[in-house]
Amino acid sequence: MNRVLGDWRAITILLGPALLVYTLVMLVPILWSLGYTVFEGNPITGFTFVGFDNLAHLFTDPRVLEALVFTLKYAFVLTVLQVVFGYLLSLMYVFWLRRASGLVRTLVFFPVVLPTVAVALLFQKLFEIVPQNGLVNSLLNTVGIPSVDWFSSPDSAFWVIIMMDVWRSMGFYAVLLYAGLVDIPEETLESARLDGASGWKLVRHIVIPLSLPVLLSSIIFSINGTLKVFDSILALTNGGPGSATTPLTLYMYQTSFTYGEYGYGSSIALLLTILCLIVTIFIFRSSRRDLTKG
Amino acid sequence: MSSTALATPVRTPTDVRPPRRRSPRGRRILKALPKIIVIGVLLITVVYPLFWLLMGSFKTQDEFLNSPTWALPETWTFDNYIEAWTTGNLGTYVRNSILATAPALFLTIVFGVAAGFALEVMVWKGRGVVLLAFLAGIMVPGQMILLPLFTIYFKTGLTGSLLPLIITYTAIGLPLTVFMMATYFRSVPREIFEAATLDGASIFRTFRSIGFPLVKNAIFTVALVQFFFIWNDLLIALTFTTRSDLRTIQVGLLNFTGQFGQVQYGPTFAAICINVFGTLVLYLILNQRVMKGLTAGAVK
Repeated sequence: MNRVLGDWRAITILLGPALLVYTLVMLVPILWSLGYTVFEGNPITGFTFVGFDNLAHLFTDPRVLEALVFTLKYAFVLTVLQVVFGYLLSLMYVFWLRRASGLVRTLVFFPVVLPTVAVALLFQKLFEIVPQNGLVNSLLNTVGIPSVDWFSSPDSAFWVIIMMDVWRSMGFYAVLLYAGLVDIPEETLESARLDGASGWKLVRHIVIPLSLPVLLSSIIFSINGTLKVFDSILALTNGGPGSATTPLTLYMYQTSFTYGEYGYGSSIALLLTILCLIVTIFIFRSSRRDLTKG
Repeated sequence: MSSTALATPVRTPTDVRPPRRRSPRGRRILKALPKIIVIGVLLITVVYPLFWLLMGSFKTQDEFLNSPTWALPETWTFDNYIEAWTTGNLGTYVRNSILATAPALFLTIVFGVAAGFALEVMVWKGRGVVLLAFLAGIMVPGQMILLPLFTIYFKTGLTGSLLPLIITYTAIGLPLTVFMMATYFRSVPREIFEAATLDGASIFRTFRSIGFPLVKNAIFTVALVQFFFIWNDLLIALTFTTRSDLRTIQVGLLNFTGQFGQVQYGPTFAAICINVFGTLVLYLILNQRVMKGLTAGAVK
């Protein structure tokens, strides 16, 4: 039997194509990109060796700091909000709406399948002020508040981005967490209720601890996605006003393709990759510890 | 799930609390009121922007500038859609998107399922390391491979076609596909495969007649996830489409406003609508299976 299940020829045929494509198009470029960090220039102008100048520049470039701070702030705020909103929705589906939640679940899930670019353009139009008031400003006007230029200040632009992403993704996290909540054994809830736990108490002491694993995977999922945010911000604010809403991904893109600095672009990409790596490992570690405790 | 809820306490012989009295009719409606309000607000927040978008796609430029923004369109014509599809080149963009998505999706699934099978069902040294190598790819941001790939495609002269998109999408989709397929194959009892080989089936026969049918639903779910990822992608498409007639729908939409000089609201709204509602219709058709796949626990 092991002769068949361990047949090298078969393994090569089945695994070969995937491994080949993966190696050539992902692993090799990752190493290649690492190599770029010690050069300056691009394929059209040619490259010159600059040693560790690019990497050193990362630490002194104020725009890198700005982009890094924005990326972390965005990832943190959005992860908290979308997981909290998703969790509240899923609790509502399970304990409040119960059987009737099907339609609401489907409708709230809608936005997540929509193309990011389309959603970003929709929100651009919703919050527009010139040449024509969008829906939000029109609503503000009817209650007597003058129109707000949402995209002209860093703070309001940030919150419009956050609002858009929460609108887009809360339904998705709700369904993800709903799957975890449904798995909690009915007897556990029942006995907790008999012991007098109800409402908030039941949620805090029984439901949250029991849904911790699925909450943690949502958080990992969310952070991993939000650190790499690109499409929605590019389409909504293009990093503006100024460079106030530019995440690392967008700054890397601008450096590489607008200014043609492949070496420095690769260095920023490396910073981003390390950031993702650290955060992933950190969360995995802390989740392991918490799980053994609980 | 539960039919017994927080609002109605369970009555058991051992219940020491005094039984609660039934609330009269008026109070019951009052009690349901917060539920109705919360659901109402939630649905308006989610659905109204999309409705506003749809209405906007039928309005004329004059209505945009002179009528209140929540007014319904005065006439129901598809002029904006025709304008967006032809003058706005949306037809070309949609065609490009389909031509890039279909082959990439097919290759990702075929390669990914086969690799998942080889990594999980077959027995050999080093499969753990290879699986881990695939897993690491999920975390790596696209920016990390963008520049070398651009150089390769540029030097080999592939930049003038959709091939760079197809190749890159296939590779980026692989880590998640391989990982998920390996997980699904793990949930199939090993005895099934062992029995098949004992009965004399070759490994390819086992893969085709046993493994493949058993994970068919899982493949569907993974394919759907990958489809939405590829179709909605901007980063790869923006980087590797050097000519405007190669743009995918997302890149085309991003540059849409610029095409008419001044902002033409109607066609822009119609273009967004085509993108949004096209995806939505597709999702509605496949909805039942999406939900099933999600709740069946790919992430748990």
